[in-house]
Amino acid sequence: MRFPRLLLPLLLMLGISVQAQSPTYGLGRIPSAEEIRAWDISISPTGEELPAGSGSVGEGSQLYLEKACAACHGTTGTGGPAPRLVKRDVGPDAGPWALGRVLPIRAPYATAVWDFINRGMPLYQEGTLTADEVYALTAYLLFLNDVVEEGTVLDAQSLPKVEMPNRDTWAPLPEWWRPGMSRLPSYPY
Amino acid sequence: MGLKRSDRREFLKRGVTLAGGVTLGAAAKSASGQLEGPKAFIQGTDALVGYGKRSSYVTSVRIPHGGRASPDAFGLDFHIAAPLQDSVGVITPSSLHYMGTTRGSFVPDIDPAKHRLMIHGMVDNPLVFTMEELKRLPSVTRMHFIECAGNRANRRHRTVQETHGMTSCAEWTGVLLSTLLKEAGVQDGGDWIVAEGVEEVLGASSIHMAKAMDDCIVCYGMNGEAVRPQQGFPLRLLVPGFEGILNVKWLRRIKVVDQFYMTYNDYGHLRQDSDDAALGMQIGPKSVITYPSGGQQLPGRGFYEVSGLAWSGGGAVSKVEVSTNGGRSWVDAQIRGTAHPMAHTRFTFNWEWDGQECELQSRCTDVLGSVQPSRAQAIEYWTQRGQPARVKGQDNSIQPWRVESDGSVHNAIS
Repeated sequence: MRFPRLLLPLLLMLGISVQAQSPTYGLGRIPSAEEIRAWDISISPTGEELPAGSGSVGEGSQLYLEKACAACHGTTGTGGPAPRLVKRDVGPDAGPWALGRVLPIRAPYATAVWDFINRGMPLYQEGTLTADEVYALTAYLLFLNDVVEEGTVLDAQSLPKVEMPNRDTWAPLPEWWRPGMSRLPSYPY
Repeated sequence: MGLKRSDRREFLKRGVTLAGGVTLGAAAKSASGQLEGPKAFIQGTDALVGYGKRSSYVTSVRIPHGGRASPDAFGLDFHIAAPLQDSVGVITPSSLHYMGTTRGSFVPDIDPAKHRLMIHGMVDNPLVFTMEELKRLPSVTRMHFIECAGNRANRRHRTVQETHGMTSCAEWTGVLLSTLLKEAGVQDGGDWIVAEGVEEVLGASSIHMAKAMDDCIVCYGMNGEAVRPQQGFPLRLLVPGFEGILNVKWLRRIKVVDQFYMTYNDYGHLRQDSDDAALGMQIGPKSVITYPSGGQQLPGRGFYEVSGLAWSGGGAVSKVEVSTNGGRSWVDAQIRGTAHPMAHTRFTFNWEWDGQECELQSRCTDVLGSVQPSRAQAIEYWTQRGQPARVKGQDNSIQPWRVESDGSVHNAIS
């Protein structure tokens, strides 16, 4: 079990050692570093799982056609049978939530855009894009939504630093939240 | 249907009369005085000996939900609703269990001998398990419902399958996630997990560690057999009482992490205010009358056992009430069987219909004391706080059914 945050320093002060836990049942095996790396594809907001590679807006605009993104999402990022990829035109004063449920503008972190393309696209050929291609397509979609400039090149260092307009306007779970409690303290339903 | 006790007594009495020598008219009885037996038989086959199937007279089926075809134009299954109007008891048969996917999904055909579950990230001992190893670990078997966040009734829906069909309940068997996490040894600061599947989009959800260590189950069994492919064969994560999207199917990886990861499924779960975020996890107390329900037809006045399902993400159902006058007065319904935590619970209510137009409703209270609201009550709560006029979080509002004097039953959401 985890130690409460305040307990751990206390135990250390008292000179009690905190050892790594050992398994009870002894089943399962230790995965190799390569095995972990191959499956470790959920990208954190800090981007620590991002692979090496890079891609530019220009390369992304080419790939958007070559990889048939346009066939489902429309040549301008809208108008196809698949979900739109370009923000709605709702005037200059609209907040990010008014721009539509459009991944490359609503996502609070650019890493989420990279993650989604990498695992879920293209339809029927998921997992076939290279890291460079995913960086390029991410750059292009962010450019289409006025998040980055035309000359942008994205890689593992620059992608997590992209400032999405929705970065601070979404709500995390409140601090008091725990499972098995009433859903909201004041809400009788 | 079998004879009811009173019918059987009547039949036995008449049988005695017949034996006493009274002549029989042109009654629907065979020459021997017995009721007619079935005229046809189901041909025995090796296939039916091996794995049975239901009667051809039973035609209850799931339907695509939410106005999008399943399979859709791309061949993806999206949302499929269970036929609650035909349900009895609390178990949803595996073949009729609702199905939901994020963007639509192809159901993967997984060889369990090759399937692995990896646990890694902020743990002392990263581990990979085979299915065989998972089945050697201490197991639990529990009844739990799963409900899709899209299970939101509106006035255009006709039947309970359309209003509420995106919930189902099964008996799930597997290893507690806490058993696996303790085996791996969660490190300080590992406050979240990311659970990930192996379908073509590798769907993933972030789940708070407090829930992961509480009652989540890594399931290989469902209703007494292996989990069905549409439900995540060979391995599915159960997150009891929480929105369906968190119950990751085709599970192959648990990563212990330090924060909400905003990954694949999380993006669709993004909320604008913290009340919504809190309400978007655990499902509130909810119930619906499945008989009589929209689209059904009552043959005439007289006795009916009103029957329905109640459930809550907050724990067991503690009380269900029924109203026959549109919510003006309420009477306790009977709970049938055991009310399991985070499980569908069957309730019934003995009702004598006088043939007049009326409105049936049911209302669930859970062990936390939370009460299922009417749509108006929930909306009033939020509008008083300057919020939009809608039921926030998973819609758990009361479902009204209007019975007209001709016996037809209709959705009465206005």
